[in-house]
Amino acid sequence: MCENPDGSMAERIIEISGLKKSFHGQEVLRGISLDVAPKQLTVLIGPSGCGKSTLLRCLNGLEIFDEGRISVNGLRLERRAGHTHVDREYHRVTHQLRGMMGMVFQAFNLFPHMTTLDNVARPPAIVRSVPPDQARSEAVRLLEKVGLADKAALYPNQLSGGQQQRAAIARALAMKPKVILYDEPTSALDPGLVDEVLEVMRELDREGITQLVVTHEMRFARDVADKIAFMSEGMIVEEGDPDKIFSNPEDSRTHQFLKRYL
Amino acid sequence: MPGRHRLCSASRSPWVRFPAALLCILILGASNLLPAQAPARPPLTWGGDAEGGAPYQFQDPADPRRIIGFEVDIVEAIGRILGRQTEFVQNQWEGLVPGLERGNYDVIVSGLEITPDRAEVISFSRPYYVTFEQLAVRRSDNAIRSLDDCEGRKVGTLRGSLAQRILEARKGIVLRSYDGQINAYEDLLNGRLDAVLMDHIIALYNVAPTPGLKMAGPPVGRLEYGMGVRKKDTQLLTQVNRALEQMISSGELRRILERWGIWTQACADYFGDHSPGSQRPVAFEEYLSSRTVERSAWERAKQYAGYLPLLGRGAIVTLELSVLAMALAVALGLLIALSRLYATAPVRALAGVYIESIRGTPLLIQLFLIFYGLPHVGIRLSPMLAAITGLALNYSAYEAENYRAGIQSIPRTQMEAALALGMTRLQALRYVIVPQAMRLVIPPVTNDFIALLKDSSLVSVITMVELTKSYSQLASIHYDYLGIGLLAAAMYFLIGLPFVRLARLAERHFNPEHRALLAGGRQHQAG
Repeated sequence: MCENPDGSMAERIIEISGLKKSFHGQEVLRGISLDVAPKQLTVLIGPSGCGKSTLLRCLNGLEIFDEGRISVNGLRLERRAGHTHVDREYHRVTHQLRGMMGMVFQAFNLFPHMTTLDNVARPPAIVRSVPPDQARSEAVRLLEKVGLADKAALYPNQLSGGQQQRAAIARALAMKPKVILYDEPTSALDPGLVDEVLEVMRELDREGITQLVVTHEMRFARDVADKIAFMSEGMIVEEGDPDKIFSNPEDSRTHQFLKRYL
Repeated sequence: MPGRHRLCSASRSPWVRFPAALLCILILGASNLLPAQAPARPPLTWGGDAEGGAPYQFQDPADPRRIIGFEVDIVEAIGRILGRQTEFVQNQWEGLVPGLERGNYDVIVSGLEITPDRAEVISFSRPYYVTFEQLAVRRSDNAIRSLDDCEGRKVGTLRGSLAQRILEARKGIVLRSYDGQINAYEDLLNGRLDAVLMDHIIALYNVAPTPGLKMAGPPVGRLEYGMGVRKKDTQLLTQVNRALEQMISSGELRRILERWGIWTQACADYFGDHSPGSQRPVAFEEYLSSRTVERSAWERAKQYAGYLPLLGRGAIVTLELSVLAMALAVALGLLIALSRLYATAPVRALAGVYIESIRGTPLLIQLFLIFYGLPHVGIRLSPMLAAITGLALNYSAYEAENYRAGIQSIPRTQMEAALALGMTRLQALRYVIVPQAMRLVIPPVTNDFIALLKDSSLVSVITMVELTKSYSQLASIHYDYLGIGLLAAAMYFLIGLPFVRLARLAERHFNPEHRALLAGGRQHQAG
């Protein structure tokens, strides 16, 4: 499963090609192509406003992209230029895509009216008709995995930010996704609470779960990522393994950006 | 089987229990809506307004559940002649003719004057009573001796009566129209009016028991009361006319009128019966004594306690009506709000139009349209059903806006999180958005329920006898607007109170902070 220089032999779980997206006439994504290999942790870095979050949101259908193609685990969604109509088929495929991807948000977005346990146990029961008892015991197992077994009965507003984000990861895992997408998962956290979340992600990486992470945690990216992509002004400027990106970036913009962090 | 499991967990959640309880109330309430079993020979139903007061038809002061009056006696006599039971149907006076056309009853007997306008719409029987207009003034007032003296004075009368037309035709009289005679005579007594012109029998029954008033001047005009029948019921009209003629020739009609003390010269002339009277005005005397009795405080208290069953029955109707209407309004409102927020463009627009048009038109007119208008297109709802429908449709528009406000105040990110978990939009609404909106919506919905409770008094225009109607009926026979009014107000307050408490509990139940407190408590105990 190693990457060939030309990429032809590489196994891919996510393929993005030629993705474009504009907001009010301003092009935010300007033809993004990116592959994510299974069981790997891929990190997307870049300056604020470069379109990283938009890319993730297009990937699981929270934004409708204008043009391009995405394919997740063989399921393809394609939009041609000038084709503004969003049809039933598009929604159907988007819904299926979401079934394969978990999403962890910057602001956690836990459901405040449910206990931590219900946050994790209810979605599979609702979406997949998993029997409630089974969903609950699975949720208990996942909360143990993220170190929140003793918080199951609490409501989200009784948890610290780090605990909430770990609960959100457990919630994403409960749907048994093929990939988990993270949109700046530690940006809203006090510095002291960042590591507990990153540690969970590291653990999931060891277990072989595919993750695509938008983050500003450069040390984490360098230590854990299998691949790093650098994005600037709506384009992927450079991608490769962490050593190459951090020690020997080809593009001046990458160099410029990393200088501020290292 | 996963489906079964889901059902079990759902029934445990309070979310489902609440509507389920409402459903039970609905079903229980609906049993009241079913028509009673019809007897072999349908009774002769007759419509009138018992609030019209003595001596036409009114609640017996000794036993308010009984309707008495000279018209009651006449109708019962006709029933005996025709071999049919009679059944009184209460109906607001202004709605008597539409109510007849709608089929609420077979005949109107309610001091209805025979006029050309009315005769175009319904058939009238031959007159069963003739009378004239009579002026009344304060006993101390010697300046007004006839209508001619009323120039520049304030004269009260009943809306839509012959007296009103007479007063309008005269220049210089300041006309004040009333819906009930009692208020007019009260205003005369307290000086708001200088004179009152009404049908002689009304004047008689209001002036005689009131020491501060007297009649003044000669008879004015002449009018005839007839029984109203639908144009197509020619057979019934013939039967009623024959029965009346039989009563006139046998002297039964005269005996009834004499008992009520209303056989006058005008009657003698009209019926051609100038023989000396034989009957004492027993009913009139009874009425007078009921009006003039001085009561001790204890007797008064007993009297008020005696009103409670009747007010209580009105209160139950009000409660039943309000709860059912609100339950429907809340359910319908949610549907409309969701349509307005999430449906396809045409449905969304339709929901908007519904809300705007319902909110923008008066409830009173909506009730009239449903009750009197829909029968023209073949939909005949019972008064209760029409009342519930009207109130529910009206309030659903307001509830829809409450829900919309609640739903829109839930952050967008909640919907995104739910969608990202693979929920459909509907699932996200049902399990994530609406439960959170619920808590925010409870206070305004409670507000609306209390408002509906009071608005429900409007349904008296479609013949429902609820709390306000019971109050005004009682007040009009006992001439006690203050005491009975306070009693009825207290009842409204007491009906609303438990719901306010309930709402507060529900609000706490849906409040995550409160739940967190509970969960925290459990944690501490466990730890």
